[in-house]
Amino acid sequence: MNEVLRNLLWLIVFPGFLFTIIAGLLASWIVRKVSALVQWRVGPPIYQPFVDVMKLMGKEILIPEQAQQKIFIMAPVAGFAGVLLLSTMLWRTALAPGAPFVGDVIVAIYLMVIPSLALILGSSASASPHATVGTSREMKLVMSYELSLVLAFIVVIIKSGGQLNLAAIAQQTTVFSISGFLAFLAALLSVQAKLGFVPFDMAEAETELGGGVLMEYSGALLAIWKLVQAMLLVALPLFLVMVFLGGFGTNILAGIGKYVLVLVLLILIKNTNPRVRIDQAMKFFWVYCGIAMVVAILLAITGDYYGINWL
Amino acid sequence: MSWKIWSLKKSPWVFHVNVGACNNCDIEIVNCLTPKFDIERFGIKLVGSPRHADALLVTGVGTRQAIIRLREVYRQTSKPCVVFLVGACPCGTGIFYNGYHVEGPVDKIIKEIDPNAIIAYVPGCPPKPEAIISGVVKALSAL
Repeated sequence: MNEVLRNLLWLIVFPGFLFTIIAGLLASWIVRKVSALVQWRVGPPIYQPFVDVMKLMGKEILIPEQAQQKIFIMAPVAGFAGVLLLSTMLWRTALAPGAPFVGDVIVAIYLMVIPSLALILGSSASASPHATVGTSREMKLVMSYELSLVLAFIVVIIKSGGQLNLAAIAQQTTVFSISGFLAFLAALLSVQAKLGFVPFDMAEAETELGGGVLMEYSGALLAIWKLVQAMLLVALPLFLVMVFLGGFGTNILAGIGKYVLVLVLLILIKNTNPRVRIDQAMKFFWVYCGIAMVVAILLAITGDYYGINWL
Repeated sequence: MSWKIWSLKKSPWVFHVNVGACNNCDIEIVNCLTPKFDIERFGIKLVGSPRHADALLVTGVGTRQAIIRLREVYRQTSKPCVVFLVGACPCGTGIFYNGYHVEGPVDKIIKEIDPNAIIAYVPGCPPKPEAIISGVVKALSAL
């Protein structure tokens, strides 16, 4: 009974539901504030993302007449569940590496795809032409960045001697080697695409598709999507920190510093680039990142075979 | 004041509808987003879809072609929402008064669909960004 209660506490209060939502909304405030500072503006106050979600919760929910209602309503909930599990697992591994179940990289990769799949399902159920264009772009984008992301994790797995366990992988800092650095760059750009940040925001494309995949969502359903995006903003950079930058270790402050570093890197890439076309993004991930990752894997295998750590 | 109204005041998302404007008011609206005025300080944000919007920013006189779309956009906006009429044209058809192509003024059209619609007027040709911001503040404090 005690064990069950503690697990529920993990899921609902501390690293799960409440904590991730608050941290995610704070992170999305950081995104807006840093973007504003880059553009020489003042930017929104710190409570802005909280008020946005609160306001959306109180608004009317409109469902298009021709939409597939069940899928349209269930999709945000499914995405929310996926990202909640991912973030609980990651925080638990980061803060208590010795715990009995700590999960491995494969589970994390699966959970990371769920929000994107839910977004594709929900927007294709909404019967809007704009959302359809957004859906097709999102599908192509998922197919392109997953390749370089998975290849980058293979580099890490080779470097750590075939370990799949997240806690074991977080023991070492993979980024301080040639192949590890290449893999970190490719994974960073893939995460940029996963978060839907410029230059890879062609699925939402406010100025071009008017919201794209989220076009028909309103009220509380839109609020859930905003929460999913905010929570991904916590989970994905944290995953990069765990896999490439040596995790939290014993020093929590250093861990948070690493997380903020990755977040600010993502924001700066977001603010200094224009949106690319979908074919340019596919070419970028499949050809350039693909070749770089094959080179990185060969380097990692060579380094592993001859025992050279810096390769 | 209920939490719904309070949060609506703190984060109004705006959808911009042009129903036949000469682009002058549109430029002044974009002006509000620049570093000098920066309305994101107050949580105001331009969005691309009427489903996400809390306020419709209408510019232009309301031509016969565009007014059909305006009615549709107003129906698609999730309520509660506010309508801002920016410039002399939507407020009272301006220099196009009695024009053959004019169906407006826009407030009459909106009232036909929804008699209880909250409408704010910002006259001027074009209105200054300060006037637009002041209009937003006054409309929100009337909620």
